Amino acid sequence: MQLELSPADAEFRGRMRDVFTTKVSPEIRDTVLEGRHLTRDQIVEAQRTLNAEGLAVPHWPVEWGGQDWTELQRHLWHEEMQRAGVPIPLAFNASMIGPVIAHFGTQEQKERFLPATANLDIWWSQGFSEPDAGSDLASLRTTAVRDGDDWVVNGQKTWTTLGQHGDWIFTLVRTDPEVKKQAGISMLLIDMTTPGVEVRPIELIDGGHEVNEVWFTDVRVPGDLLVGELNGGWTIAKFLLGNERVGVAPVGATKRALAAVKANAGPLMDDPLVRARVAELENELLALELTALRVVAHSSDGAPHPASSVLKLRGTELQQAVSELALDLAGPASLAARAGDDSPQEGWARRSAPTYLNLRKASIYGGSNEIQRQIISRTILGL
Amino acid sequence: MDFTYDDEQQALREAVRGLLATTYADHEARRRTVADDPGFDRALWGRLAEMGVLGLPFSEADGGVGAGPVEIGIVCQELGRVLAPEPYLSAVVHAGGLVAAVGTAEQKADLLGRLSAGEIVLAAADTSPGGRWASRADGVRASVSAGSWTLDGVADPVMGGASADHLVVTAALPDGGTGVFVVDASAAAVTGYVAADLTRAASVRFEASAATPLGEPGRDLSPSIATISDLTRIMGANQALGVMQSQVRATTDYLKSRKQFGVTLNTFQALTFRAADMYVSLELAHSTVDWATMTIAGGDREVVADAADRVGLQVSRAARHIGQEAIQLHGGIGMTAEYSVGVGTAHLTVLEQWLGNAGHHLTRLAARVTDHEMVDAI
Repeated sequence: MQLELSPADAEFRGRMRDVFTTKVSPEIRDTVLEGRHLTRDQIVEAQRTLNAEGLAVPHWPVEWGGQDWTELQRHLWHEEMQRAGVPIPLAFNASMIGPVIAHFGTQEQKERFLPATANLDIWWSQGFSEPDAGSDLASLRTTAVRDGDDWVVNGQKTWTTLGQHGDWIFTLVRTDPEVKKQAGISMLLIDMTTPGVEVRPIELIDGGHEVNEVWFTDVRVPGDLLVGELNGGWTIAKFLLGNERVGVAPVGATKRALAAVKANAGPLMDDPLVRARVAELENELLALELTALRVVAHSSDGAPHPASSVLKLRGTELQQAVSELALDLAGPASLAARAGDDSPQEGWARRSAPTYLNLRKASIYGGSNEIQRQIISRTILGL
Repeated sequence: MDFTYDDEQQALREAVRGLLATTYADHEARRRTVADDPGFDRALWGRLAEMGVLGLPFSEADGGVGAGPVEIGIVCQELGRVLAPEPYLSAVVHAGGLVAAVGTAEQKADLLGRLSAGEIVLAAADTSPGGRWASRADGVRASVSAGSWTLDGVADPVMGGASADHLVVTAALPDGGTGVFVVDASAAAVTGYVAADLTRAASVRFEASAATPLGEPGRDLSPSIATISDLTRIMGANQALGVMQSQVRATTDYLKSRKQFGVTLNTFQALTFRAADMYVSLELAHSTVDWATMTIAGGDREVVADAADRVGLQVSRAARHIGQEAIQLHGGIGMTAEYSVGVGTAHLTVLEQWLGNAGHHLTRLAARVTDHEMVDAI
């Protein structure tokens, strides 16, 4: 056992710090560090900056821009990005559809989509969830029916995050209604400008426009946009969702959020109860960070470690707990959530209630925390 | 950075596990052992000495093996796994640690050599009645007359004190500060008692008891005393980790085998979710224990003190959670002394209150919370 990073890994971390703090626009980093909303253009600009440095998609195959790093290096890259306030490369592109196309796609699909996906020339949306198929994803009902060379898609997706910015959407669709529900699903890539695709915003409790419904009415999709095997969509979904669990404990971002709470708290930091809450959260975050390090140190084969569920579960709980602390410290100032920049209340305090409310999502998405408990009890404990 | 044991560490773990299994393969053996004086198995203690385990922390010059903190942590985990009542933490890590930290070369060679060989048992007397984890002594006072030192006062609880040949005592010095002394157990009034986990502790009264100062006489040794308490805390966390691992395993096995209403308990999601939460607590504690153990090798006292508070808080919380849930999920059998799970919870309780509970560590961390922007693991 050895606590220190090897000289090579320490040098690697220093290089990441250097790139993130000198190459990415200060305006974008300040926006992240202060917890304000990024515009679509800012997210695109940040990812293109990273891509130019070869740091947008390090976990892809080397042929398509990957870096062949160890899991530890990938972890350091991820943590240093969060620490520096650099937006993480858009998950739909970098973590979800990119690796899927690289693994399951045809050569033509790879050439057409992967460079554009890495550079965020295409903004991807995720079309998995449906009104009656959330955690029970395989119950989805959106259909794709063959018509000549094309597929004709009908149905509705929901919780499509940032779908209002989307150029393309990767969808799971039912291509065989006669078989067991998992066996009749395929993955289709759909251009969102195709006639019959309609994106409708869903207003959330924090007042933001983050998720959408996407409706498909007789949408014609060329046959060569099927990914992988016909009716092989469930295998792809499992591959994709397995990737999704890596890096789901946003340790760096939550540590930064807690540091901001301390900095903003002012005289409230003299309150022993506040100090105790901060100290307890810092300790929990340390334990989580150490657990993330233990996990990456064990997953050299690239397969998701079963303890990833621990990271998702605890990581989101702590993310939520830090937002609760910020809310409690803001107190009445938190009521000014939508008061605008002329408000006499401080920005962090005005953002505290929307942030707290928004983060209730964290224990629901990416496999709800109940699903994670199920995975732990079944897969790890064998119950 | 690496969180895995090397081959030699694996081999040590297997050897210690194998030896402990010869005595404590089932909980009934532990019950029999703690029922009679001295409350542990002297034959096993001798075999631990032969294996070099008792001399693990001490330098070869002092008759020890000169191993590192990871190795000592491995031993503590294995002792915890089977709830071994042998006084390793109190005699070797704590009392032996004090001697190694402050004794003269001759004192170390003598006391640690015999401790490592299993010839004597030591116990640290550093707590006064009602005292709470202080590195300054207030229950025992040292006096000197014509170059001869004596002690007066009471130390309690003294873990492993009833079977110790020599007591390593912290005492207030005449000119201020805290010194460390060795007292022959026969020079003090030692009243043994059974602790909450059925291991042995003692109340020790000193009345003009002849004492030998460890190290330079009259010098304030409180920084070293504090550091040895921190190291003992971290090794106690290793021992607690072994207990908690056994409890999670036992609870999982029980949920799979115990039938109620005609089905096994793992049919009930309310129970499996609680087991999943126990696992989460266990893994987070495990990571923190490994980290705290590794910080010792760096040798920085402040880093180790911080790590002791952090692992003390994390493991105390985990011990409460896992220990309580292990009993609850077992039901009535978890309450009985004949079954290891409930006794394990008693042992976790003793470790926590002996070495520093969550509130103590959290108070110390809260006092330092504005000294840093954020806490980093590496």
